[in-house]
Amino acid sequence: MFKNQLSGYGIIAILLHWLSAALIIGLFGLGWWMVDLSYYSQWYQQAPHIHKSVGLILLLLTLLRLLWNMVNIKPAPLAQHKKWQQLSARWAQRSMYLIMLSIMFSGVLISTADGRSIWVFDWFELPAPKVLIADQAVVAGNIHQWLAYTLIGLVFIHTLAALKHHFFDKDQTLMRMLKLKNAK
Amino acid sequence: MNKGVELYKKSTTGLAAMLLSVAVLSGVFIAAPVQSAEYKIDTQGAHAFIQFKVSHLGYSFVMGRFNEFSGEFNFDAQNINDAKVSVTINTQSVDSNHAERDKHLRGKDFLNTAAFPKATFVSTSVVEQGDKKFTINGDLTFNGVTKPISIDALAIGAGKDPWGGYRAGFSGTTRFKMKDYNMRMDLGPASAYVDLTLVVEGIKQ
Repeated sequence: MFKNQLSGYGIIAILLHWLSAALIIGLFGLGWWMVDLSYYSQWYQQAPHIHKSVGLILLLLTLLRLLWNMVNIKPAPLAQHKKWQQLSARWAQRSMYLIMLSIMFSGVLISTADGRSIWVFDWFELPAPKVLIADQAVVAGNIHQWLAYTLIGLVFIHTLAALKHHFFDKDQTLMRMLKLKNAK
Repeated sequence: MNKGVELYKKSTTGLAAMLLSVAVLSGVFIAAPVQSAEYKIDTQGAHAFIQFKVSHLGYSFVMGRFNEFSGEFNFDAQNINDAKVSVTINTQSVDSNHAERDKHLRGKDFLNTAAFPKATFVSTSVVEQGDKKFTINGDLTFNGVTKPISIDALAIGAGKDPWGGYRAGFSGTTRFKMKDYNMRMDLGPASAYVDLTLVVEGIKQ
């Protein structure tokens, strides 16, 4: 039930998937909105603080998720999926993980570009890694922004593909990520 | 000059007299360029600073500086009409001691450094105000916008330095509205202005 099986995903993988989905979309919307806040908005300080805190929580979750993937088997591809579909699904998944991690690391590099640490709410602080380059905040900021647009583009395609599998192909692709198989 | 040399030749033909005449001649030639009084701003040794100050909420100030710039000036107290200054700032080098804020300052809300990596000030006239004070009129270019501006300057001091050079130091302050230079971020009514302070030391060339 917790772990993946050949026939489908376990509850941990399913929860991590949907939690990540919600956080990614939320972080994108928050990030999009907060950069144009006026200086006197009550959110001017609060929104970036929440964005950073939630972003770091997502980073932790994603690392746990990758760890969980490593100790789990991968559900077998659905029989009716063609070879190219299986291949592109695998690479889409890999690139989304890579882009997610790159966005989160570049985000950390913006805020820590002068050696300041990042507070995760008021629970704990992430100490700044070594400053890598002179213009780090700007360079990391550009990477963060453009990879976020790329990821949201992939999320959009990912969602369309899931709906297409569900409504047109009428296969189990989406359902496997929504409910557990009854079998143990 | 020739008179002097001839005089020496007439009076004596000794080696000492020749050396003396050379000394006199070179003395004249060294003295000549002193009148032009060209100074290069000592950014190499960092005896020059361009700082800015903007009100924060009307309660305090945010201060910062530009770390990279270059410039020269021409100054001779006897001939103030020929005085001039030019300074070029690398806007990318803005430093308010906070990387996130500096990122914002470099962006389109403020300095737009990707499009406008250089800011310049070029003087058009210098007016003496007495008591070592001067008004430097000139054109300030920031963010691609060029506008006339006046800098209130003070000649702080000048003289030989301990390392064989000659230095002159000035301070200058000016104030401009951020809106005038297309800086679109609204920091509130108390923060509409930037106070720019230059403290520069020039080495005579």
